[in-house]
Amino acid sequence: MDILNALVAFLNFVFIPGLAYGAQLALGALGATLIYSILRFSNFAHGDTMAIGTVFVILLTWGLQSMGIGFGPLPTALLALPVGILLTALLLLATDRAVYRYYRRVKAAPVILVMASLGVMFILNALTRFIIGTSDISFTDGERFILTAGDFRAATGLAEGLAIRTTQGVTVVVALIAVALLFWFLQKTRTGKSMRAFSDNEDLALLSGINPDRVVTVTWIVAAALATTAGTLYGLDKGFSPFTYFQLLLPIFAAAIVGGLGSPLGAIAGGFVIAFSEVMVTYAWKKVVTYLLPDSLAPDGLVQLMSTDYKFAVSFVILIIVLLVMPTGLFKGKSI
Amino acid sequence: MSGAPASPSMTAAAPAQGPGRALLLAAFVALLFLGTGIFQSWTLALLIVNMALVSSIMALGVNIQWGYAGLFSVGTMGFVALGGVSVVLISSAPAPGGWAAGGPGILLGLCMGAATIAAAVMAAAKLPKGRVRGLAVAAILIAGFLIFRAIFDPAVQAVEANNPSVHGNLGGLGLPVLLAWPVGGLLAAAAAWAIGKTALGLRSDYLAIATLGIAEIILAVLKNEDWLARGVKNVISLPRPVPYEVDLQRSQAFLDWANSFGFDPITASSIVVRLMYTGLFAIVLLLLIWLSQAALHSPWGRMMRAIRDNEVSAEAMGKDVTRRHLQVFILGSAVIGIAGAMMTTLDGQLTPGSYSPLRFTFLIWVMVIVGGSGNNWGSVLGGFLIWWLWVMVEPIGNWLMTVVTSGMAEGWLKGHLINSAAHMRLLTMGLILLLVLRFAPKGLLPER
Repeated sequence: MDILNALVAFLNFVFIPGLAYGAQLALGALGATLIYSILRFSNFAHGDTMAIGTVFVILLTWGLQSMGIGFGPLPTALLALPVGILLTALLLLATDRAVYRYYRRVKAAPVILVMASLGVMFILNALTRFIIGTSDISFTDGERFILTAGDFRAATGLAEGLAIRTTQGVTVVVALIAVALLFWFLQKTRTGKSMRAFSDNEDLALLSGINPDRVVTVTWIVAAALATTAGTLYGLDKGFSPFTYFQLLLPIFAAAIVGGLGSPLGAIAGGFVIAFSEVMVTYAWKKVVTYLLPDSLAPDGLVQLMSTDYKFAVSFVILIIVLLVMPTGLFKGKSI
Repeated sequence: MSGAPASPSMTAAAPAQGPGRALLLAAFVALLFLGTGIFQSWTLALLIVNMALVSSIMALGVNIQWGYAGLFSVGTMGFVALGGVSVVLISSAPAPGGWAAGGPGILLGLCMGAATIAAAVMAAAKLPKGRVRGLAVAAILIAGFLIFRAIFDPAVQAVEANNPSVHGNLGGLGLPVLLAWPVGGLLAAAAAWAIGKTALGLRSDYLAIATLGIAEIILAVLKNEDWLARGVKNVISLPRPVPYEVDLQRSQAFLDWANSFGFDPITASSIVVRLMYTGLFAIVLLLLIWLSQAALHSPWGRMMRAIRDNEVSAEAMGKDVTRRHLQVFILGSAVIGIAGAMMTTLDGQLTPGSYSPLRFTFLIWVMVIVGGSGNNWGSVLGGFLIWWLWVMVEPIGNWLMTVVTSGMAEGWLKGHLINSAAHMRLLTMGLILLLVLRFAPKGLLPER
């Protein structure tokens, strides 16, 4: 029986990775849910938007590094992030102009917009590969750890180590700042309020003189900021590869739907629900259980509910359960 | 699918149509293939034709779901993969000792898993709403999962330990490979039933996300459950429904026949084998088209289109929309499953690592949209045209890049541009999809 060591192992292998992953998913889901509630379609190109945003950030990071500019112990990518967001926003606005605007004008069914987003997905995917290729890229620099397992052991005298990587810390802090900014923007500013009004009741919003083009423009800019930030944080934490970004679509949509499509608070909650379930179901609990049980009862196997390759199944099963039990999600979302 | 009707019939005016237009387009596509045969090689042209036939059948399946009923499912890849599994299970040779090692255990475990889910669903339906129900369902699921793992895990280990470098799986039944095609359809239909039962009747976007998920899960199962089809170790040299080239080359009758026409026996054998596949696939395609056309023009087909165009009024007329949706979803998935089995038969191997949603889900969607949603012949036309493009865009892009960069100095940019030609496919497909959606939303062959 060794509760302290079990707790440290739990924090190290489950809680901290889950927290960072949850923050990344939450940012991704926020973007998807915002587009859904204001532009009224499920954007299948969201994963590839995250990828191309990250590509911009990576290129800028390389530029900064070649000029010898760094960010001290923090990753240089954070310096490149604002410009990356700007470039992604310009790209999204151009896509809107070239593709989506027409369908809004003719009031096409939402599913037609989804189809169009499939086309955009192909093109963004191709652009990503044109620009940066298909190989995995690690673009994190600066200090690797905030706290290393060795230091932790030396400081506490416990057998189990606790390591916090800089990217994990940065992820949580940046996500907090981004979410705080988003909620301030939606609740306090005039533009944010008009966006919420537009999402609640489009006709009423138009009637009260809200400019729809402006709302749409701002929505794309905010979505670009969220997607680029989410993509960059994910890439810093786990490495950049264009294929994984496409596959993030499933957990991101699962998070948005579990939280309630169209609800920003729900997207955040959903992101953490999905992330923690994924990590907890696919983690081999042998270590933690061994600490908690007496030696005679120590487990033989890995005590793993499912192999890591089934992490998609986890988000999927949660999605199905939530849909069956409460179809509008944890926080009452909307349905079109 | 409630609320706004998700109908594929779009706004812009239909361009001039009629049988003439269809024939003209078909002739154009035929010309593309003839050109490939004349300027490149006939073996290549036939290779593209065979895959185009298979893709057309997949497009037909998607068209049944989308064109007839307006169901937006993006799980095509999963059903294609299930068709591939059926080829392994039905036609590959039995693995010696595989079944004895743990076959019954695996079956029993799977039955226990299914029974657990059934019991949980039943408990949820029968018990009164409240905390007791939640606890009971959770208890059934947890207990069932533990029992499932206790039976399943040792059996799987035993099977996978059985000569892992060659087998390590249960192996197949050793039956004729053609039998695997309908079985692939049945497997896909069963999966479609399970997913449709849960996700249909909810909002349209949910079906899209749910099918996207199920496709990834089916693929994850295929990659990781080695006992089933050896996972990423692949199953190779699956039996063929047609003779092998080497056997033809050894047959005196074939050599005489080839000589009498002055053909090179090696080329002739590979062309003959491919033509046999073409014949088989064409028979299946024509059969399916005939069935789909009959269904589309029957009262059932009219009802489906009525539901697609206005769910609310169809419901008011007493049509059970969710039930019909389930029916059409299963039918479409079964067609895709048949195509998946045919593709694995053509490849002669099952390689789970090669399935990707861009190639097997979204490309098929491009075929349907370009061909014309709701039109079965349109799907076939789209299948042939888009598959030809998919294969040819890469060499064309390579050639284009070589021309563009011919004046450039050797260097990083030139190398980068030439390498990037490989990604032309995705760009072209995205552009085609967007252009068709925007300027010809009814596709090349509009519905009716």
